[in-house]
Amino acid sequence: MSTLLKVENLRVSFPTHRGRVEVVKGISFALGRERLGIVGESGSGKSMTGRAILKLIRKPGLVTADKLEFEGIDLRAQSEKQMRSVRGARISMVMQDPKYSLNPVMTVGEQIAEALVTHQKLPRREIEARIISMLEAVRINEPQRVAKLYPHEVSGGMGQRIMIAMMLIPEPELLIADEPTSALDVSVQAQVLDIIDDLVTRKGMGLILISHDLNLVSRYCDRILVMNSGTVVEECAAGELANAKHPYTRGLLAAMPTINESRDELPVLDRTQWAGT
Amino acid sequence: MNAIDLKNLDISYGDTKVVHGVNLTIAEGESFALVGESGSGKSTILRAIAGLAPDWTGDISVLGRARSHGVDRAVARQCQMVFQDPYGSLHPRKTIDSALSEPLAIHGLGNRGERVEAMLKAVGLDQRFRFRFPHQLSGGQRQRVAIARALMLEPKVLLLDEPTSALDVSVQAEILNLLKRLRREQGLTYLLVTHNLPVVSFLCDRLAVMRHGGIVEVADVEQLKHGRLVEAYSRELLAATEGANRATG
Repeated sequence: MSTLLKVENLRVSFPTHRGRVEVVKGISFALGRERLGIVGESGSGKSMTGRAILKLIRKPGLVTADKLEFEGIDLRAQSEKQMRSVRGARISMVMQDPKYSLNPVMTVGEQIAEALVTHQKLPRREIEARIISMLEAVRINEPQRVAKLYPHEVSGGMGQRIMIAMMLIPEPELLIADEPTSALDVSVQAQVLDIIDDLVTRKGMGLILISHDLNLVSRYCDRILVMNSGTVVEECAAGELANAKHPYTRGLLAAMPTINESRDELPVLDRTQWAGT
Repeated sequence: MNAIDLKNLDISYGDTKVVHGVNLTIAEGESFALVGESGSGKSTILRAIAGLAPDWTGDISVLGRARSHGVDRAVARQCQMVFQDPYGSLHPRKTIDSALSEPLAIHGLGNRGERVEAMLKAVGLDQRFRFRFPHQLSGGQRQRVAIARALMLEPKVLLLDEPTSALDVSVQAEILNLLKRLRREQGLTYLLVTHNLPVVSFLCDRLAVMRHGGIVEVADVEQLKHGRLVEAYSRELLAATEGANRATG
């Protein structure tokens, strides 16, 4: 399996009045054309990891790494201008909430077209055809009609599918999905993830799925990194999650109620064990 | 006596009717869940009972007393609500102490200092949090304060609107344990709105599945645990949850 992305000793820090605080404390991983899940609770640094890969962390935030390589390109050395040809075209990112990440004053079709023409020059007729077929690929009925709608006229689940369409239309090699379904209803969640899964597998892309939901990640990924306060505490194959060894992972698994719950009390994490928070 | 009685309840926001023809009886001491997708009207029912959605027709009675359409202090004494987002439901410029004392002042109850102290203890918060502001607390601590605020008047009925969906899994477990303990200690009745079926399984005795503003099915939690929901839509909802849990379930 060829390596798509290589990250070594990635660190992200922010200045505070008590000195710099590291939110990602030296994590390393390699990603091939596979589905990698990053799980952790709020403040574990999982989203910062995703953003650091795309160099989306602005000053005063500071990103350092011994290696940050995407298909042989050293991302650390890329200028802002060079990064723009990587973002979207080769690595793209789906954000959590479609309500805030779609442009409210552009129609759905215009936004998707923008994602495409920024990286490629194409005749107008072909752009239109690509948009329609992409909307079909994310299972939107009546794509012609939907392309003319504004974001406020579509539901949350549909908005998220439109985002996915927009992110996948330049055919990137790596998709970073940061909590792509946490703003959606349970019944729509599965649909959206199935679509991502299907497209990623069909096109042989790499996927980094960032989520706080262990079950969801174990269902849609091949490999899982569990993060806690900026470090990777456990790495395992998705199927092996039930046999996780680290007390933090085990604690998270146990703290979740199940559909057939018989415990009178849920076990609670003893936070003092891992971090001083 | 029933804790909550809803008869032919229709609720509207302006010209849009969002809940229609709901009949529901919740016994005293029961823990009841309303589940369904966003927009199914489950939170609206809670808001109508709490007096936040005054545009309704039909009957709402709490502990045998019919609720009026306006501000109803008698109902407020018996029935309080906890909201979803602990970041938005506490006044940012009021200390925890004044947030907790306010309902006592409104209802003219004395002994405020001691009541606040006792309540902080009951929800598992250290006394040092008493004079802090909400922004100095974590999400889980804030939700504890929100629950404490709702319990200050010693109500019998608690309306819970997605009390844990904004929280991390491990914090959710703490809050669920707290809610379960408080119900046992104080003999509370819960009406819980959630889309998380495992939470229902942990905390509730019965549930109603809602869709498009109406109740599709009322079921026992045992039916939920063993996957024996009757209506097609309820089964769909259950399948979606089980799908998400399949890998470890």
